[in-house]
Amino acid sequence: MAQELFAPSSLIFSATLLAALSGVPLLFPWLLNASRAQLLSIVLMLAASCAGLTGAILSIFSGVSVLFELAWTLPFGSARFGVDPLSAWFLLLIFLIPGSAALYARSYWHADSRRSNVRKMTFFCGLMTAGMSSVVLARDGISFLFAWELMALAAYFLVSTEDENPEVKEAGTLYMITTHTGTLALFALFPLLNLLAGSWLFPATGSLSASSPLASAIFFLALFGFGMKAGIMPLHIWLPSAHANAPSHVSAVMSGVILKVGVYGLIRTLSFFHGIPLWWGCCVLVLGVISGVVGVAFAIGQHDLKRLLAYHSIENIGIIFMGLGVALIGQTAGSPAMMLLGMSGALLHVLNHAIFKALLFLGAGSVIHATGTREIDLMGGVARRLPYTALLFGVGSVAICGLPPLNGFVSELLIYLGFFQGIQGEGGAAAAAALAAPALALVGGLAVACFVKVYGIVFLGAPRTESHTAKHEAGWQMLLPMLLLAVLCIAIGLAPGLVAGHLQRTSLTVLPLLANTAGLPLQELVPMTMITLSGVLLLALIAVFTFWYWRKLKLAPCGKADTWGCGYQRPAPRMQYSASSFAEMLTSLFAFVLKPQNHRPDKIAGIFPGRSSFYSHVPEAVLELVYIPLLKRMYQRLSGIRRLQGGILQQYVLYSLVTLIVLLLASYL
Amino acid sequence: MTNITVINGTIHIFLALVMPPLLLGVIGKTKAAFAGRVGAPFFQPYYDIIRLLQKGTVFSTTTSWVFRAGPIVALATTAVAALLIPFGAHQSPISFDGDMILYAYLFALGRFFTMSAALDTGSSFEGMGSAREATFSCLAEPTLFFALITLSRLSGSYSLSNMLVNISFGVWLNNGAALLLLVGGMFVVLLAENCRIPFDDPNTHLELTMIHEVMVLDHSGPAFGIIQYAAALKLFVLGAFFVHLALPYATGNPYLDWGLFIISMLELAVVIGIVESVMARLRLIRIPQLLVGATILAAFSTLLVIR
Repeated sequence: MAQELFAPSSLIFSATLLAALSGVPLLFPWLLNASRAQLLSIVLMLAASCAGLTGAILSIFSGVSVLFELAWTLPFGSARFGVDPLSAWFLLLIFLIPGSAALYARSYWHADSRRSNVRKMTFFCGLMTAGMSSVVLARDGISFLFAWELMALAAYFLVSTEDENPEVKEAGTLYMITTHTGTLALFALFPLLNLLAGSWLFPATGSLSASSPLASAIFFLALFGFGMKAGIMPLHIWLPSAHANAPSHVSAVMSGVILKVGVYGLIRTLSFFHGIPLWWGCCVLVLGVISGVVGVAFAIGQHDLKRLLAYHSIENIGIIFMGLGVALIGQTAGSPAMMLLGMSGALLHVLNHAIFKALLFLGAGSVIHATGTREIDLMGGVARRLPYTALLFGVGSVAICGLPPLNGFVSELLIYLGFFQGIQGEGGAAAAAALAAPALALVGGLAVACFVKVYGIVFLGAPRTESHTAKHEAGWQMLLPMLLLAVLCIAIGLAPGLVAGHLQRTSLTVLPLLANTAGLPLQELVPMTMITLSGVLLLALIAVFTFWYWRKLKLAPCGKADTWGCGYQRPAPRMQYSASSFAEMLTSLFAFVLKPQNHRPDKIAGIFPGRSSFYSHVPEAVLELVYIPLLKRMYQRLSGIRRLQGGILQQYVLYSLVTLIVLLLASYL
Repeated sequence: MTNITVINGTIHIFLALVMPPLLLGVIGKTKAAFAGRVGAPFFQPYYDIIRLLQKGTVFSTTTSWVFRAGPIVALATTAVAALLIPFGAHQSPISFDGDMILYAYLFALGRFFTMSAALDTGSSFEGMGSAREATFSCLAEPTLFFALITLSRLSGSYSLSNMLVNISFGVWLNNGAALLLLVGGMFVVLLAENCRIPFDDPNTHLELTMIHEVMVLDHSGPAFGIIQYAAALKLFVLGAFFVHLALPYATGNPYLDWGLFIISMLELAVVIGIVESVMARLRLIRIPQLLVGATILAAFSTLLVIR
């Protein structure tokens, strides 16, 4: 009995339940005061995190798949849930990030200072975590959709936490519209899958043929429905405003985890098929390249710290899609090395991005808390007052750029090696890989530019404005989760060998073709020990040089002076290079997609010219220039149909009844 | 590990430590010869670095630890990259599948800290330099990766040592067009990454037009010495990559090959000196065009070997 209680799957299911209930203490204000209730719900959430993580790690280690059946009397039969290494891999982030965010919220969103919305925020945080966990546990179409909607709706309430603000409300509405458009595609996807497989239960890996037109339809629907949630490039429109307007720790969970649940859906759906045609892989790869390059280009143009991070999520989802594309192309080309490298690179990047993006969003939250603004150009010199936050944010910045010796480098290396394996082949597969690798390099270069901008303008230099000078370091409840995430970045970066075996086992569960060539360890394709060795060598050299430099500074005279102003006598902090000036060259290079709006000053003339101003802004060009005009035209053309929507509940119930009767009659005909 | 690998490794590290500033000396001498001057001695860069290391330091009051970390990280990353690249016909001391990605990303890490250190001073001039460096290095990155792909395809291997040592006159005979395009593309990258003319003028003193030199305006004393040395080492390491492509001499005798490598590097320095003597600095807005042009050359070469 005790053994069963501590079985990985029971731990995971109880963690899901615990997370769902974690917000309940705050719902009884007459029993517990808000501050104590918040503490209790954080403890519940942390317990759920610990249990869930333990369960996930144990089931990855054991590598077994289990399936449970929950008999109930709904029309679609019993619900099935299960745990396998793929689910367990995603459960790692599903329990890690919300747990960290919950602790962070104690200081960032304290019950006493946020009385009006702390209940809603905490309750839906728990519910969203439970929803995400159920999505990856679900093993039949109907349970999947239930869990999916639970997650999507809880996220809506979290985005609109501060719904008294019109901007937040608008972001919430946009999120709601897009998430339901995506769900619509999923509503079509699962019946088609049912048609193809003959059951609502998910088919076994590789059991369906990808050559039928029905399979192609399923592929497109999955790409659309899950791509919408993942925020892949032309479908990303909800993401920047939702991430910017949610509380920072919620953004951390949304960006770190919810997007990945979309990726999970796609991987799961693709795993059902065998004989995948080349164009599937190329489709995913091209979408990945577009998201990567355009996402990071948009990020460079942003002045809002959280919007900028949101665009980086689009970029990183692009990198994950590139990995998936390599794996799919490898499946077509019959190259186990490509499959393994691409899939494990994508899976590792899923975990890595969750870690460093959550770290960056939490760091951004601390900065916004301290400066009272999201505008990068108003900040500056934050590192002086928030040294620990600055250090931890620095670790996150280096990691997200994919630089050694941190974790982002390892996953990008795996994907790169997948490309390099691909170019040894023939035909289309080789050409696709050869063109994608430089694109990933460009993404890496642009990410470095963008994070130098963020780090340099926000944390370094001198404060740009008096009113937004950072005031205080974040509390320990905020620093501790960030520290944990930063340590994970370093640990995975320095010792990737620790996760290699798990990556391989997880990849095997989704790539049935790999099982036939089981004698191909990931360690042989990527020398993990050499990554560790070179990382340690780099750090050792840095340590030696630092020691030497420190000795040198102690021996020689050391003076202090103002920054060299090139002869100008009265430099002021406002004259520092700003984020917009830093990004100007790159945004003008990418002007053909970014469509930046520059408001130039009026003509400056005369001896005493009047006041003048300049500002530049990179809008969400895809939303404003493509979708909104399109939707406006649809709105005008389809005005006749709007009469169906009366806003009266009874009318809608009637519609449902009529539909049911029609369907009943149809089944007799 | 055999005796010969130990000896080769020792020579590799010795050359990487000692030779880089000499390239700067040769470039300077070549430019002086073109201008009809005697020029500074070949060893002047060594004297400069040693003198800087003995000086005191002045720190700007705006700066934090990032400013102090900039030069150190730049040197450490370049030093590790120097261990990954093969010199001449010899394998590099550290070589593994995927080391070419590490090689490229190490430079990016160094750049991350150099650019952050520049922004740490709060000077708008240094911010300008940092923005330019960020922009131009982004555009140079794809060229390097096209080159790596072409080389990987030609050699069928995944490590720098095997890719580069594989290049020989035989490979040139079979894939002359592809390699010629690569040499063109990589020469542009070599000049751009090391901030040489026509991208940047290491001798200029007009802050508004500079890239690399303006980023390090506020560094002084030992830190500036480190920066000078790291820049020379970067030229040496990227130069070693280029020399493999352009001058793939190999005799088979390890000691002769070391001599050939040193001569090739000096030839490269003379060529850079000649380019700097006969060309002017490009206007800033022309630089992206040239870099994209280099990328297209490299892309053509990739397509030639993939087709």
